[in-house]
Amino acid sequence: MGEFYNSVYLKEDLCMGCINCIKRCPTQAIRVRNGKAKITKEFCIDCGECIRICPHHAKEATYDSPDIMNQFQYVVALTAPSFYGQFNNLDDINIVLTALKKMGFDDVYEVAKEAEIVSELTRRYLAENEEKWPVISTACPTVVRLIQIRFPNLIDHLLPISAPVDLAAVNARKKAMKETGLPSDKIGVIFISPCPAKVTAVKSPIGIKNSEIDGVLAMKEVYTILLPHMKNSIDQVEDLSRSGRIGIGWGGSGGEAGALLTDNYLAADGIENVIRVLDDLEDQKFEQLEFIELNACSGGCVGGVLTVENPYVAKVRLKRLRKSLPVACNHLDKEKVTDANWTVDVKFEPVFNIGTNIRDSINKMTRVEELCERFPGLDCGSCGAPTCKSLAEDIVRGVAKEGDCIHILRDYIHKLSDELSRLDNKN
Amino acid sequence: MNDKIILKYKVDCDDFTRAGEASSSVKRKLKLMGFDPEIIRKVAISLYEGEINMVIHSYGGTIEVIISPDEIEMILVDKGPGIENIELAMQAGYSTAPDKIRSLGFGAGMGLPNMKKYSDDLNIESIVGVGTTLRIRVYVPIEE
Repeated sequence: MGEFYNSVYLKEDLCMGCINCIKRCPTQAIRVRNGKAKITKEFCIDCGECIRICPHHAKEATYDSPDIMNQFQYVVALTAPSFYGQFNNLDDINIVLTALKKMGFDDVYEVAKEAEIVSELTRRYLAENEEKWPVISTACPTVVRLIQIRFPNLIDHLLPISAPVDLAAVNARKKAMKETGLPSDKIGVIFISPCPAKVTAVKSPIGIKNSEIDGVLAMKEVYTILLPHMKNSIDQVEDLSRSGRIGIGWGGSGGEAGALLTDNYLAADGIENVIRVLDDLEDQKFEQLEFIELNACSGGCVGGVLTVENPYVAKVRLKRLRKSLPVACNHLDKEKVTDANWTVDVKFEPVFNIGTNIRDSINKMTRVEELCERFPGLDCGSCGAPTCKSLAEDIVRGVAKEGDCIHILRDYIHKLSDELSRLDNKN
Repeated sequence: MNDKIILKYKVDCDDFTRAGEASSSVKRKLKLMGFDPEIIRKVAISLYEGEINMVIHSYGGTIEVIISPDEIEMILVDKGPGIENIELAMQAGYSTAPDKIRSLGFGAGMGLPNMKKYSDDLNIESIVGVGTTLRIRVYVPIEE
């Protein structure tokens, strides 16, 4: 099993030990222990739901400070299409890109450009690999990680092509090296990310050996720095944007699938919906589909937890921006495409296994069932686990005890006090 | 030491919103227990088909799943109209589902054929006017 990296972490001093995050976590990766939330690394898929729900802002995502730009001689900003949806009244993408250069980046490189290439590669893959239908998109790292730990039967359906951002990083670096003559390590390729999952994807990539991204900034942080620069850029906008309708569309749910020129697809967004689709897919309930686009965040990447704007508003803005653009500006035959295929096999990681072997598991599962019978079934969360069932599993895994259930504890105390009063009466 | 675990579920008829609850629950447990993904797939699909059949055709019934290290046995017992011609019902595409059910996307006539395809042993006992009992087995290759 590989090393697990998580970009979501807890600010312990802010955590009140309430049960909001344990209830919301889609993989039940969080428990409250000793009054503080604790994330089980192996179960976490970095979806960011706990960051969204925590009323005390105790959950945060790891990302780099803009200071990271100073570490390099030449820095390139990678911009996601979702970024363009953050700004009110934006009618030209070039304003954002020009402002990024004013902010200190030496160059900008649009992820949307590579998204158009990935769209073409996907169309080709679908045509050549009918036996893999329905093919599942792999642009959302949270979805890929979820499938890797929970849906082993679907791994074979994953689209084995690099995510646009990874491809963009490779090509941005090449371009920078060619234009500046600088060695690779002097060039910083910095992604402005809508979500913590992309941070994870850089630190521990799935499907590729190494990511070419050197740093990841949060969209919400860059947003505030960029606004004044945007105002100053309006009179001298550089012509920098090279993406079309297809590329920009990737920023919202349905954009990736819509670019495949088939109606035979499904696009689901929001982690709970994604899980439902994967569950049904595993039971082969919709085999006739060609492609399945899944985004962990509601609305797609525009709904990322590091964005600032309401995802649906951002989606409308993208739609408006796309209107005036050509369908696509980047094509396989014109661009020299570096190998975009996955180079590392994705293997099932059975992190949830309850026993060491089947016999052990049967025993443990029997015990779980017995415990569940005794628990009140209120799923109150007072024990620190999200449901009675998960407490039972924790007990069997040896990380919790029966007395953690306040109802069982109460019964125990009642029994004790009864016995005490009986003793008292005897005297 | 237990060498098997028995899970029990009740299935109501005509409740499509809940159809698949038993198979999802079994699937989740088998995953936790670390069964081979292919085994889980076979169990989940054949049990789901059986469960849906109970919802569509029967007046309700029970599902018992017996999980042991070498096999997973599913016993589906329902009260209902029974199957008049089992041989015919086993044919792909043959269905007696009413139009109402077909309009929901079910009733393609693949239920029993899929159960046969995804299980290692399928036994059907049915009495017309009384009900049907299905025994579905999926064998687990011996663990190293």
